[in-house]
Amino acid sequence: MDYLLIASTWGLALLQALLFAALAPLLVGWVRKVKAWLQNRRGAPLLQPYRDLYKLLGKEVRVAHTASVLFRAAPYVVFIATWLAASAVPLVAVALPTAAIADIIVVVGLLALARFFLALAGMDVGTAFGGMGASREMLVSALAEPAMLMAVFTLAMTAHSTNLASVVDAQLAGGLVLRPSYLFALGALILVALAETGRIPVDNPTTHLELTMIHEAMILEYSGRHLALMEWAAQIKLLLYGVLIANIFLPWGIAGSLAPADLALGLAAVVLKLLALGAALALAETVLAKMRLFRAPAFLNLALLLALLGLLGHVILEVGA
Amino acid sequence: MSITQLPLLQQLVLVLAAIVLFTSFVLLAQARLVSAIHAFAWQGGLAAAVTSVVAAAGHTPHLYFSALLTLLLKALLIPWMLHRLVHRLELDRHVDLLRRPALVVMAAVALVIFSYWLVLPMVQQELTFTRNIVAISLAVVLIGLLMMVFRQQAVVQVLGFMSMENGLFLAAVSATGGMPLVVELGVAFDVLVAMVLFGVFFFQIRANIDTLDVDRLNRLTETGGEEP
Repeated sequence: MDYLLIASTWGLALLQALLFAALAPLLVGWVRKVKAWLQNRRGAPLLQPYRDLYKLLGKEVRVAHTASVLFRAAPYVVFIATWLAASAVPLVAVALPTAAIADIIVVVGLLALARFFLALAGMDVGTAFGGMGASREMLVSALAEPAMLMAVFTLAMTAHSTNLASVVDAQLAGGLVLRPSYLFALGALILVALAETGRIPVDNPTTHLELTMIHEAMILEYSGRHLALMEWAAQIKLLLYGVLIANIFLPWGIAGSLAPADLALGLAAVVLKLLALGAALALAETVLAKMRLFRAPAFLNLALLLALLGLLGHVILEVGA
Repeated sequence: MSITQLPLLQQLVLVLAAIVLFTSFVLLAQARLVSAIHAFAWQGGLAAAVTSVVAAAGHTPHLYFSALLTLLLKALLIPWMLHRLVHRLELDRHVDLLRRPALVVMAAVALVIFSYWLVLPMVQQELTFTRNIVAISLAVVLIGLLMMVFRQQAVVQVLGFMSMENGLFLAAVSATGGMPLVVELGVAFDVLVAMVLFGVFFFQIRANIDTLDVDRLNRLTETGGEEP
């Protein structure tokens, strides 16, 4: 009986990880669609990212003569690391074994691993753009990571655990509590997510203009299935940050048990939350303009300040003496 | 007593107070003069909101009056006067950059920690649910002081001074449940008079040294005006 239960929870965890990979292109498609509507265009169909991935997977891989083994291996490392990080984030249900394996610091570490290999691959071929993109990515991430960790510590201090499932459980158990620290941590995490997933105002995901691109510059040399994996990993990363924001700060609706009705409700809730978040992202990208690269440190300093205020707000206002 | 044991209305007070602290940081680092005035207006409005929610949560109806007074004075009248002044001084597009923004902001964070440490013995007295806000209001006062030290532009220094007054008001509300009405009216009148005097001073400074950068006041020559 116990054996069966363990098998079924692991099956669900695996299913959730697969769902992560399957839903990621849909979120990107939705953001693009809303953006197109806001610009009075009809836009590409919602399923276009899937078609793009399918097309790229079927295409031949061309690799530069100067490329080393690292260049070929990087797409797999990046994709697997990002996917592993995503599988530790509660998407539909909380009580899954994957959440017990990896806490949020491991998630941040896995994302850092993916970023490291992405930057190495950008520099590997030796083109000017790859190196430029890699150095910019490192600039942004070196500033974003402290802010992210500070925000995470704020959550961890409230929940007394760095485990994502425990954080969500603590938030659910507490009911509706207006916490100043969560407000600031949410702000910090949103700014970090915008910077880390390469959205406006830090990077423009649609541009191929040499002077401004960050993420695109690093994957410029990739083609075929390598490119597909890189794109897919970026889409999973966007979904990961979206789910992180939606499920930690507004966890209501997520499945607490593994009953089918709860799971269906959890799926519906998370899809609704992500639709709203995606629409908000598209709106923000329509209203805001991209910043100059040298303004990005100021943007990320703001994120760090918000996270610090979250920490201090927790200590000063919430704990009490 | 942790936040989970407080009723929702009292939690709202804490959230609003935290946002007041955040507006202090915005004020400190804001380079554009007009945006800084807007941030100051928001701070005044939020201080008024804190006061009115304290009044609602603690059943102290006399605080509604101070909230109304703060809203009219700090969020509407003084920002409007500053706006008009800036417009008449033709500083609408003026940008006054902080020299080392990251460092100054970190200094302000250190001030927040310092004021928490300072207030800690008072918090342990378990007075009212607003006792945790005393540290926040002290931090707002100190950040206003920091702003007057680090900014060079006279209008922004006045904003720092006024935000100090916001902090003091918040401290009075959170520590003792508001001041007597006579004191409150007196302070409000003082602030208003100070604002009018500042306006006169702006024009005087401007007429004498042709700028509002008060660092120039340290130089001895009055006529030259050229860079040394």
